[in-house]
Amino acid sequence: MAKSESELTWQDIEVGMIATEPANARQYQTGTWRSQRPTYNFDRCIKCGLCYIYCPEGCIYQNAKGHFETNLFYCKGCGICAQECPTRAITMAEEEE
Amino acid sequence: MVDKRGLEVSVAIGEAVKLADADVIAAYPITPQTHIVENLAQLVADGELDAEFIPVESEHSAMSACLGSAATGARTFTATAGQGLELMHEVLYVASSMRLPIVMTVANRALSAPLSVWGDHSDVMSVRDTGWIQIFTENGQEVVDNVLCAFRIAEDHRVLLPVMIHLDGFHLSHMIEAMFFPEQGEVDQFLPPNNYPLPLDPNKPVTMGDFGPPAIYSEAKWAQEVNIRASRDVILQCWQEFGDRFGRHYSPVEHYRTEDAKVLLLTMGSFSETAATAVDEMRSEGKNVGLVKLRLWRPFPFDEIRQAVKGAEVLIVLDRALSFGGPGGPVCSEIKSALYQQEKSPKVVSFVGGLGGRDIQVADFKEIVERGTEIAEKGSSREFEMFGVRGE
Repeated sequence: MAKSESELTWQDIEVGMIATEPANARQYQTGTWRSQRPTYNFDRCIKCGLCYIYCPEGCIYQNAKGHFETNLFYCKGCGICAQECPTRAITMAEEEE
Repeated sequence: MVDKRGLEVSVAIGEAVKLADADVIAAYPITPQTHIVENLAQLVADGELDAEFIPVESEHSAMSACLGSAATGARTFTATAGQGLELMHEVLYVASSMRLPIVMTVANRALSAPLSVWGDHSDVMSVRDTGWIQIFTENGQEVVDNVLCAFRIAEDHRVLLPVMIHLDGFHLSHMIEAMFFPEQGEVDQFLPPNNYPLPLDPNKPVTMGDFGPPAIYSEAKWAQEVNIRASRDVILQCWQEFGDRFGRHYSPVEHYRTEDAKVLLLTMGSFSETAATAVDEMRSEGKNVGLVKLRLWRPFPFDEIRQAVKGAEVLIVLDRALSFGGPGGPVCSEIKSALYQQEKSPKVVSFVGGLGGRDIQVADFKEIVERGTEIAEKGSSREFEMFGVRGE
């Protein structure tokens, strides 16, 4: 899909809003729901991957150094990663306006 | 050769669906269902109609099965009535919003409580805003003809919307009438095969009924609104071609002896025939009365209604449903709103009657015209008149 859904006009919509391309949910920015974001102290991260496993959104990835980070386009800020992190490497911080 | 047969109208609908060669019929077979699906089940069981008959466990499931069927591109039919239509309610919106060309006949009935299976338009009015194309019919022939037209309208790529054909419960659904049936070859020429543009197909997967967040919902609804309004031209074209081929013509609003009429009656459904007889009698008594029949309920024929009543002094609308605590008759309410901005329009008087199978006969229509004319002259403290109700 060339346009994001917030750019589509009523004429752009397929009959019955049928989605003809697979995986277009990728364009849905669930990150706008967030009121808190995870912040990282990588000195404490032991790369265990528990945050990756527990993340209900599946939006945590491993960066070049092997530490785990979240993709803020999708992260809803639920805080489960911070709760589960055994070394307290993740802290939730308030989103600023 | 003309095939003319006397049949119960419900049974005749089965014959029409057979002529349309429907692929799938999903229906709930218990009260308040009619003989429509009973006959179709028989036709399928006897091998006369090559279709899947799905006897589902509720009306909600019936319409849901129709969604799936139509989504594969199968020609899909169902029928319901009264309470059954109510149970379908949620799924009706899904059918129109997903643009699935389903055809459904509704034998219009009253809603409980008190428990009633008799005819009126309570069920129709409750589904007014579901986004379906809706057509009222007056007699068995009109039902048969419009079932054939409905498939063609629904499946037209400029439309792709579900269509409801309304017939009055009992007063029409259970009557035995003489009807003409076109030959199979004629129907095949009139009604091309269904060719749904984006059917469910494992080789070309699509997602139907996806979710629509706030960023897109308004656009989706506006597209639907533009679409149902535009369906009007296709409906007119279909009726025109049907008339050319079969000699029976239909239009969104029909007129009976309206020329120079000072007082007009407006009715829908089978009561229009009785009203026409009443108009004949009143005309022979020297009264300047005419009849306007509303056939196309959705999309609403604003222009045709304005045209039909222009020049009349009084317009009396008979509704067979009641909008509780509101304007009274739902159809009259829409007629009033269609006329409100007009520079010159007749005085509109609203009657509600014929509820729950109560008959309205020729003499009653004459009384309605008399009282309506009086109210138009002298005014009334009531929003509407409840015709024939006992008590002070």
